Amino acid sequence: MKERKGLIIGSVIMIAIFVLMFIKGEPSKSIMVWIAAILTLSIYSFLYKDNVFYKFAEHLFVGVSVGYSVSVVWQNAFIRRVFDPLFITRTYIVNDKFSLYLFLGIVIPTLLGLLMLSIFTKKQAWLIRIPIAFVVGSYAGMGIAPSFQANIFEQTRSTLYVTLSISASIMIVGVISTLVYFFFSKEHKGLLGKTANLGIWFIMIAFGASFGYTVMARISLLIGRMQFLLHDWLGVIK
Amino acid sequence: MRNRAFTAIFLIFLFLVPSFIFSQAGIEVVAVEDTLISLPDTLSEIIAPTEINVFDTPNDAGENITITWEITEDPSGIIVGYEIFRSEDKETGYEITGFAGKKTEEFKNRTNNGVVYYYKVRAKTSDGKFSPFSVISEGAVSQPQWFHTGRINALVAVVAFVSLLLFFVSTAKKGKSLFIRRIAGLDALDEAVGRATEMGKPILYVPGLSSMSDIATIASINILGPVAKKVAEYESTIIVPNRDPIVMTVARQVVKESFLEAGRPDSFNEDMVFFLTDSQFGFAAAVDGIMVREKPATNLFLGMFWAESLILAETGNMTGAIQIAGTDAVAQLPFFVTACDYTIIGEELYAASAYLSRAPLLVGSLKAQDMGKAILVVVVVIAFICAIVNTGFSLTTHTPNAVLSKIIEFVQSWFKV
Repeated sequence: MKERKGLIIGSVIMIAIFVLMFIKGEPSKSIMVWIAAILTLSIYSFLYKDNVFYKFAEHLFVGVSVGYSVSVVWQNAFIRRVFDPLFITRTYIVNDKFSLYLFLGIVIPTLLGLLMLSIFTKKQAWLIRIPIAFVVGSYAGMGIAPSFQANIFEQTRSTLYVTLSISASIMIVGVISTLVYFFFSKEHKGLLGKTANLGIWFIMIAFGASFGYTVMARISLLIGRMQFLLHDWLGVIK
Repeated sequence: MRNRAFTAIFLIFLFLVPSFIFSQAGIEVVAVEDTLISLPDTLSEIIAPTEINVFDTPNDAGENITITWEITEDPSGIIVGYEIFRSEDKETGYEITGFAGKKTEEFKNRTNNGVVYYYKVRAKTSDGKFSPFSVISEGAVSQPQWFHTGRINALVAVVAFVSLLLFFVSTAKKGKSLFIRRIAGLDALDEAVGRATEMGKPILYVPGLSSMSDIATIASINILGPVAKKVAEYESTIIVPNRDPIVMTVARQVVKESFLEAGRPDSFNEDMVFFLTDSQFGFAAAVDGIMVREKPATNLFLGMFWAESLILAETGNMTGAIQIAGTDAVAQLPFFVTACDYTIIGEELYAASAYLSRAPLLVGSLKAQDMGKAILVVVVVIAFICAIVNTGFSLTTHTPNAVLSKIIEFVQSWFKV
């Protein structure tokens, strides 16, 4: 019943747009705009239900994006960072002297990267743990200081610029009660429980505000797509 | 029947519209009028920039020199920017190396380490005239710094945190029981895995869309271990689509080890963990397709998510799966709260791995985090009380209290980034 209703509504909308286009439309003459519009409609057809058009657009999207990213990685990572410095520009030769330091700077990361391919072998697959350990460890290390600074210091510093006002007091109460909610070492009972409850209220109010704000942004995206369909493609709106 | 009707309407629409378009013809000609721009009068003489100062850019990896100057007085607003000239010889050979916009007093110049550079600056007006050059700067050499002095506070905080961590880990290892309060979203994980097993349907686990550098991804991978272990114990199946190839490799190893730990290495299939695409919405479209076609009984969205969060959660909701989501992306949490059965909010995601495994190392780290939060609460409360009392002093004696002001200043400077 629900699907039937969706089909009828969708059909009516499509026919209405089609009629409108015949009466006062100025459709695009660019084949690219047509392809983009058909793919947009194919993706939107998911709103009715999973269907062959959606499947086609989905697989095309995934395939094209993978192909694109492979070419980007090949060009930006392998050619620019490995092949060119090793064989074309030879960045490890400085003033006609071989620099082992610069040479190893290219070779070691390349070897670590190549170890990732060991996953395709059965006996040497364990070698993949070396680059993974390197990546996870170095990323975690690199992330610690910026995380402290951006998520703790900056937030605390902004909170500490307090004045004697109602808004500042609300902010302080909000910060403390929210922090108490994320305190896992004690059961949320008594005063701690009440403070944590207040914290969850603050969190939910913040989520509500954030929700409204983000929905507004998403609607602007929808408007952009509709503008593409009705203006760029069909020329129904000027 | 309905499918056929839908396909027919869609095809008619696609074929009729182009036939209409291509029967139309005509080219629109847009006429462009030339516009005359009148330039403002220029000053007969513009004063050269003063106070030129050059120095090695601090706290960087080298190859950078900072040039500062005092901007020229410009009441008519005709200066459009400043040209920066550089030479390795103080007397001759100056060449333009950059352009800074008006009202700019600083320029960072890319250099070679170990080479002495001299600079001079001149202002440029809107009609292409120039001020005289500033005086030639002192020579400056760029070099990398081993320590970022602006991050000493982070170093102290990390050292303090690691000390707390070691203390609590050793306490936990000695066998002392460390309490962790109940987290509803994590308690539901068991129920969710059990439900999927009973229904004979797979579990979809999305470890976010970010890379391994993201703390949320690391937390998600930590949760994936216990979840995959439960899946293996219940002899259920898990689907783990990935956006990042490195996350995929890590996730595959984690799932494999979990199956091994559960004593069911034969049940592990490498295709359970796979790479989809690194395109954000391509990934979302593909996961939507998986949810609709495979119909998993449980969807777990744990990690870092962006704009695709609602698309995923809404589709999962539509398929009737039980959904548990967790992220530290504040902007995405509202969407998960509205569309999922349970939501693991921010810090709870980091606590999850300790909560699920109860391993001493992880429980100890959770305790250290709690201690860190307690310290922050104390600092905020002290600063707030000091600020209130100091305002009281200011109102009564018309001068703020020196000691309290210093305390507030010290605390604020400590958290300076």
